[in-house]
Amino acid sequence: MTVLLDKARQRQTRITGIILLALGALIAVFLAPDASGVATFRLSRPTDVWPVPNLVVPGGAFIYVASAFLAFFGVRLFLRGGAKWSARLLGIGLIIAVAAFLVWATAGKSFSFTGMLQASLVRAVPIALGGLAGVLSERVAVVNIGIEGMLLAGAFTGALVGSLAGGVAGLAAAVAVGGVFGFVLAALVVTYRMDQIIAGVFINLFVLGLTSYISSQVFQEYRALNNAPVFRAVEIPILSDLPVLGPVLFSQNIFVYGAFILAGLATYYLFHTRHGLRARAVGEHPRAADTLGIDVYRTRYVNVTVAGMVAGFGGAWFTLGSVGRFDEGMTGGRGFIGLAAMIFGRWHPVGALLAALVFGFADSLQQKLALLGTPIPSEFLAMAPYIATIVVVAGVVGRARAPAADGKPYVKE
Amino acid sequence: MQVELRNITKRFGPVVANKDVNLTIEPGEVLGLLGENGAGKSTLMNVLCGLYEPTEGEILIDGRPVAFKGPGDAIRAGIGMVHQHFMLVPVFTVAENVILGIEPVGRFDHLDLKAARAEVKKLSTEYGLTVDPDATIETLPVGVQQRVEIIKVLFREADVLILDEPTAVLTPQEVDEFIQIVRSLCDAGKAIVFITHKLNEILEISDRIAVIRRGEIVGSGDPKKLTRPELAEMMVGHPVDFDVARAPFAPKEVILDIQGLTLVRDDGAVAVDDLSLQVHSGEVVGIAGVQGNGQSALIEALAGLRRPVAGKVTFDGTDITDASARERHRMGIAHIPEDRQRAGLIGNFTVAENMVLDSYYGPPFAKGAGINWGRVEEEAAAVAEQYDVRTPSVHAAAAHLSGGNQQKLVVARELSRDTRLVIAGQPTRGLDVGSIAFIHERLMAARDEGDGVLIVSSELDEIMALSDRILVMFKGRIVAEYAPHEAPVDKGTIGLAMAGAAT
Ligand SMILES: Nc1ncnc2c1ncn2[C@@H]1O[C@H](COP(=O)(O)OP(=O)(O)OP(=O)(O)O)[C@@H](O)[C@H]1O
Ligand SMILES: [Mg+2]
Repeated sequence: MTVLLDKARQRQTRITGIILLALGALIAVFLAPDASGVATFRLSRPTDVWPVPNLVVPGGAFIYVASAFLAFFGVRLFLRGGAKWSARLLGIGLIIAVAAFLVWATAGKSFSFTGMLQASLVRAVPIALGGLAGVLSERVAVVNIGIEGMLLAGAFTGALVGSLAGGVAGLAAAVAVGGVFGFVLAALVVTYRMDQIIAGVFINLFVLGLTSYISSQVFQEYRALNNAPVFRAVEIPILSDLPVLGPVLFSQNIFVYGAFILAGLATYYLFHTRHGLRARAVGEHPRAADTLGIDVYRTRYVNVTVAGMVAGFGGAWFTLGSVGRFDEGMTGGRGFIGLAAMIFGRWHPVGALLAALVFGFADSLQQKLALLGTPIPSEFLAMAPYIATIVVVAGVVGRARAPAADGKPYVKE
Repeated sequence: MQVELRNITKRFGPVVANKDVNLTIEPGEVLGLLGENGAGKSTLMNVLCGLYEPTEGEILIDGRPVAFKGPGDAIRAGIGMVHQHFMLVPVFTVAENVILGIEPVGRFDHLDLKAARAEVKKLSTEYGLTVDPDATIETLPVGVQQRVEIIKVLFREADVLILDEPTAVLTPQEVDEFIQIVRSLCDAGKAIVFITHKLNEILEISDRIAVIRRGEIVGSGDPKKLTRPELAEMMVGHPVDFDVARAPFAPKEVILDIQGLTLVRDDGAVAVDDLSLQVHSGEVVGIAGVQGNGQSALIEALAGLRRPVAGKVTFDGTDITDASARERHRMGIAHIPEDRQRAGLIGNFTVAENMVLDSYYGPPFAKGAGINWGRVEEEAAAVAEQYDVRTPSVHAAAAHLSGGNQQKLVVARELSRDTRLVIAGQPTRGLDVGSIAFIHERLMAARDEGDGVLIVSSELDEIMALSDRILVMFKGRIVAEYAPHEAPVDKGTIGLAMAGAAT
């Protein structure tokens, strides 16, 4: 009996083994011969307080070693199996493959590794905040497709109010407008029981249309309305002088810090407080919550509105945290990637943040690679990291479970 | 604390669920509430626990009228209810479920789970409700989940506990434990309203019985002076025949042949282990067993809902091991699932739609690519009438039927067509005595017409009343077999086998 079960699992680990083996072979055949010279990864700037030497990797040798590791993992999985190891080895294997790819692209050149990590974090911010907004609303069973629109609304408001009244006012206004759209979504789906997907799409289209119209009609004329101050990096004393970690973690603007702090706060709220417990109960079994005297509708309103505020904050990053001006549709689908981060992060704030970091890394990686001038068309480069991410997440994270009542309206008796 | 319901009427649109009901509940007393399916018991209790607002009438506590805006108000007033369908969050722990809504907190709204655990432990020792505060609900058997529901109500310091069909899902042993619990609650001065369809239970534990029929209280009485047939008659309005009429046992050819069937549960554990059994045409085979010994998986596999890992299933000479549910259905296999809400009905569909869920695609209901709704409704109305499914109309949503009527709807759909083999899981769960007698009659009629019938039930009485052959299932295997028509067996013997004594 147990033999039969093991067979199914064994087949799975075998397939994983073959994938790793194939990956190793591909790297050895296609990347290694091309990677002549050493790859230089710069870790610190000349101006740093505590400089660290550059990381110098001999291209060909590194890639051969990497492919040997992959082959070893693959063979081990194929022969020995072990379901527990299959996910881990797949994860480690993919990280090695990405490293090999990076070395290949850098061979004979040099580039700032620290700079790439720093960029990863920055690029992760809107995704993380979008994902966090998703977590907050889906935990109370409201599917929030409208995050993209809320980010865009935050970006627009940040630029407009920021130009008129300064960055702090712009930020506050962006958060407020995000909250308003959160409230509107809650009203549509909770009170009027509109289909949640349609309500979200409605918000996206509405915000896209309105902001595009205003930016093309009004901002073109009055450029002063679209010229907001940008929040500069805030250096945290001492910590920001640390090599590598300093620039990556402790020399960022308030949006990066905000994403981390909000993820922490949301975790505390959802899993350690009374109101968090109630919110999760509403997302899992609203009728049970109702029979215990918990106001299901109110809980959904509050959480979805707060989710909107988080998304509004995330939206302000595009303008106040980055370029200072608004462009049509400048969020470019980050809200949807945020939703993906939410799912990959298993509806957990910290999970969503980590997933967003992976996406951010993928994003900045493809940009660096484009700069390094590899022979691969940039469209493929832009695609590859996401494919790798999906494989990692599908293989390593496994199947996640959404809140049981997710997407379902609650009808009081 | 004394509670009085005065002239309560509750309407859902045109449906009158309760009509001018008067009822008092005294402390330290068990009030048994009895009534056929759809009589309005759950509705009345939902009014009392604040979930529904009464259309007319009022609730008085210690003589003072109160108005509940929601369940929160009723809880604060000391009224708690354990619902017919449990109200637990499956992914939460026991402690989290218990405290939900009135959580002990420290600074910054921080949940005090330590205090919660201690409280759960205290209540569970005080009333003999054994349960691990840190277990996740979905991993617990229903009997334990029910204890959690009771602890939940006690934690809210309720003086009145409403228990809506608490024993419907329990095994015989769990029922005994449950009755002990009710006694200790009663001794602690709580008032208890106990709803059940099982007459011997209600006679055993209640101090007073009230009978409700079609929304009205039609009688009340002292359990010491009432007998089962009297109660049954009060409930349904006419005498009920408890004995199932049956033709002499005359089995014919083997219709279902299971050889070496092995099944695994979703979590990978073995549910059914190398099981073989046969059902003959014209025979009722009853599978007795404590829930969770593989019966559910067996039924799912026979209905085509679970793929066997090993073994062979033959129906009337054809190998159906890998046949789909629809193929099986077309061959004449009827399937009454154990869990009607999960596998038997679509709650948001109407009664008519549910009635043709299995046959909408063929004549006479299909009309080209469309469906002949006129025909569907006609047919559904006729079948509902024949099987006594109480519904305002065939256009009502199945979810709005009372629990028992949902069950009758499923049975009606499955048995109203030509069948050769009936596979029934808990066919009468939650049904009133009249409906049970009726469904037993239908199952017997199927047998007498030459169908094979396989019944899985945790109701030992039901198994014994119907079966020509009784099999006892324990840990995925058949551990005992009895043939009552050859040598009579008693409940005790089977009960011991169910507990694994035969292995
Ligand atoms: N939400 C609702 N909307 C419309 N009708 C309803 C609703 N809830 C209950 N009913 C109707 O009210 C009547 C009483 O239902 P109720 O659930 O109280 O019966 P019950 O006595 O608990 O039956 P059972 O023993 O089968 O559980 C039924 O006819 C049912 O169809
Ligand atoms: Mg009921």
